[in-house]
Amino acid sequence: MTEPVLAVTDLTVSFPTDHGLLTAVRGLNYQVSAGEVLGIVGESGSGKSVSSMAVMGLLPPQATITGSIRFQGRELLGRSDVELSQIRGRRISMIFQDPLSALTPVYTVGDQVAEALLVHGTLSRQAAGARAVELLNVVGIPDAARRAQAFPHEFSGGMRQRVVIAMAIANDPDLIIADEPTTALDVTVQAQVLQVLATAREITGAGIVLITHDLGVVAGFADRVQVMYAGRTVETGGVDDIFYHPRMPYTRGLLASIPRVDTTQRRTLVPIEGQPPSLVGLGPGCPFAPRCPLVIDQCRSTEPDLAPVSGTHQCACHRAAVEAAPPLVSGVASYNSVSHSRVLLRVEHLVRHYPVRKGTILRRQVGTVRAVDDISFELREQETLGLVGESGCGKTSTLMEILNLTAPAQGRIEVLGTDVSALDRRRRMQLRRDLQVVFQDPIASLDPRLPVFDLLAEPLRAHGVPGAEIRRRVPELLKLVGLSPEHASRYPAEFSGGQRQRIGIGRALALEPKLLVLDEPVSALDVSIQAGVLNLLDELRVRLGLALLFVAHDLAVVRHIADRVAVMYLGKIVEIGPVDAVYTAPQHPYTQALISAIPIPDPAKESARERILLTGDLPSPADVPSGCRFRTRCFRYAALPPGLRSRCEQEEPARQQRGEPEHESACHYAAAHAVL
Amino acid sequence: MSASITNPHSIAALSGSPVQPLIGRSSRGRLVLRRFLRHRLSLIGLMCVMLLYALAFLGPLLTPWGYAEQDPTAYLAPPSAQHWFGTTQIGEDVFAQTLRGLQKSLTIGLLVGVISTGIAAVVGTAAGYFGGWVDRILMWVVDLLLVIPSFLIIAILSPAFRGTTWLILVVLLAAFSWMITARIVRGLTLSLREREFVLAARFMGVPPWRIIARHIVPNMASLLIIDATITVGTAILTETGLSFFGFGVQPPDVSLGTLIASGTNSALTFPWLFLFSGGLLALTVLSVNFVGDGLRDALDPTSTRGSRRRVR
Repeated sequence: MTEPVLAVTDLTVSFPTDHGLLTAVRGLNYQVSAGEVLGIVGESGSGKSVSSMAVMGLLPPQATITGSIRFQGRELLGRSDVELSQIRGRRISMIFQDPLSALTPVYTVGDQVAEALLVHGTLSRQAAGARAVELLNVVGIPDAARRAQAFPHEFSGGMRQRVVIAMAIANDPDLIIADEPTTALDVTVQAQVLQVLATAREITGAGIVLITHDLGVVAGFADRVQVMYAGRTVETGGVDDIFYHPRMPYTRGLLASIPRVDTTQRRTLVPIEGQPPSLVGLGPGCPFAPRCPLVIDQCRSTEPDLAPVSGTHQCACHRAAVEAAPPLVSGVASYNSVSHSRVLLRVEHLVRHYPVRKGTILRRQVGTVRAVDDISFELREQETLGLVGESGCGKTSTLMEILNLTAPAQGRIEVLGTDVSALDRRRRMQLRRDLQVVFQDPIASLDPRLPVFDLLAEPLRAHGVPGAEIRRRVPELLKLVGLSPEHASRYPAEFSGGQRQRIGIGRALALEPKLLVLDEPVSALDVSIQAGVLNLLDELRVRLGLALLFVAHDLAVVRHIADRVAVMYLGKIVEIGPVDAVYTAPQHPYTQALISAIPIPDPAKESARERILLTGDLPSPADVPSGCRFRTRCFRYAALPPGLRSRCEQEEPARQQRGEPEHESACHYAAAHAVL
Repeated sequence: MSASITNPHSIAALSGSPVQPLIGRSSRGRLVLRRFLRHRLSLIGLMCVMLLYALAFLGPLLTPWGYAEQDPTAYLAPPSAQHWFGTTQIGEDVFAQTLRGLQKSLTIGLLVGVISTGIAAVVGTAAGYFGGWVDRILMWVVDLLLVIPSFLIIAILSPAFRGTTWLILVVLLAAFSWMITARIVRGLTLSLREREFVLAARFMGVPPWRIIARHIVPNMASLLIIDATITVGTAILTETGLSFFGFGVQPPDVSLGTLIASGTNSALTFPWLFLFSGGLLALTVLSVNFVGDGLRDALDPTSTRGSRRRVR
């Protein structure tokens, strides 16, 4: 075996905090060889980002770092910032999560890439400029010479991440550290960026450390995987070892807790109980022990070390030898078939346009953002409808229109059989009882200054529920969402993300609504926590007979929870139908691309499956293409002979039923095509 | 439930009967009160304010001298057993005068602080939350009041109010000190209005003024409290300026402000003319600040001083 590019041995990083010493990384070991991709997986707070910052020497000075970080045989720890600057950016480069803040807004993109070359290289300014354009070309920025003159804000998120990758590979580095490079991006763009990253590896032959929380991304991209928990590696090995023969209960738990887009049966997810431990004053024993289903007394007293399982597969667990974990699939939930029950929500030809105005004194309209452009759907009693689409497709605008309960600019919204435009104030107030909402961000949606009791009591008070009834109801609600009534006098800041989202759900259920609208309720949560919240929603809708309108960008989550799904693209519903039909036989090319772009946490499937890569980004909703609005990115349109294309360019496709009943798609040349 | 129990309330709740939650109707009110009472400095501040009031109204009973009385045997006498704080140029007892001034200034300061911050909060949040015409009209009024020099208006208004109670002073002082805060409050409201918890409250059907009172104002409590405490100090001093125009406190009557104004010239030569009134002003402002600090910490759940934080 050749010498590794990067060898991290016994790395420990700790920070002083108000509460004591926080040890973020506790004895981490790993190695990366040239051309190899090491995936580091872990939940937030597991120390994965801190360890990579330590490699780059970018940790704040109060951090205490011990151990050894050897890059190409040279020790990096203890070197001065000046010395490290010689290596950083040239030999080791980093790709950050947020492409917006990784670029300086006041310089052109070309200049920034060129700067990366000039700082380290001996190139002339002109040569650097030319090379920058070349690099932008490599990462797939169309019309690179012209786009190099543009500023970062003129680029979309995916394009910016490409620029960042271009900067990262500019000096032909030997190691690239990518810290959640695709987390902030949509799935179709994520697929593109991963492709670019693969290209970058081929060109530079660098080793890549890919840090992510998404097991799917790792499955398709990494060679070796390292699972981190509470600042340590708990399991490491080849991709196949980790995904097919996980030994550590945490890895098993992670794999069982993610909803998968390729499951045909709806199974109950198995959440990992509890919360990740605090890294301040960690006691003896395995840090995972409090959450572990296989825990024995030994786990509580001594912390296991990494021990080989087979070959390179290593695992830190006293119970690694236990082959059969308790059943990870604990049940199969059934889909609702409720085609004949009452319609709770009917949206007909809903339109929401925002005017774009210019000028300060004489404000004139210069355009229209077509956020929601003529969409129709129904939601029946006790049914769950998933609304999916990339960011900017109008999902949230649709929700807000429904939740406002006021007459839309065009179209009709009917809630529980009442047209909302005909509502007076009193009726609207009554209707709000039956229509409640859970927001995406559990931190922002709870007033930080109100204790939980008041948070849950608020909707009750607003609807004039008497005080005695409120005092009875609040503890009941807390129990309903899996918290204990004693939590009522705490503030939201004292809870973790998952618990906060439970409070949000409890608040929405306070008035016993019939229809619950959920705006990305789990996307801000860690995977192991997400499963618990999804299960709770699943359970509640059966117990309380709720209808859910579930908005998400994650198609796997939607497949898990929804009965029917509607796919939105640029303010239109392009495909709608029963979940199974849409996922197994998608008809619209956009749906196909979307489903094919979702990484599956299964390396064999991931490498075998067909991936439809969309070109480009979502067009601006202020400048919608004529005819079919998907045609600018459509692979089917691109494959059409010119004579047939004109139909896509001129005629907007209407939604038509094809295939199974209720399965409708809006494409002139719709054809079912399985992509899973 | 794995989040370790660090909160004393929940421990109390666990050890008590678990079925009967200990929370009453306004659990926020109680929590805030409890957190406030735990803050030692703020309690000291509160006690100081109360003691100052007691001193201001009960103190004159301790001395035989009236505030306007002159002692022809002692001009500019330093503090002595006879005149505890000394006497002025014309033989007035400084102790009696200081207490007389304190009576007014305390009330002026505290009332102006509360009223002006109150106006700022109401106007600012209304403008920010409702937007549109409400916003435009209110901000127009704010800008108008900002550009017109307040003393000019007061000079015009002064004949109308001459001879009436000195409390009119409080109203005038408050009326001219809320505008800048109102603008800041409006800006904060604009951003708070877009926050999801405000949206959530709206979709629950909570009426606008209730949202403002329960969600928006508490979330900018720090700003408002700091503003109020600063205003207390400035109001006491600004009052001298107004007195100059013939409002309220006229000689021989005194306030802390007028005492300080007339005493500053001789601060180095006859320090007792200045030191006692100045010291009491500083004490007043300091204790109000302590109370404000405590209130802010009590209202802010993320403050580490109110209660210990969760350990993740």
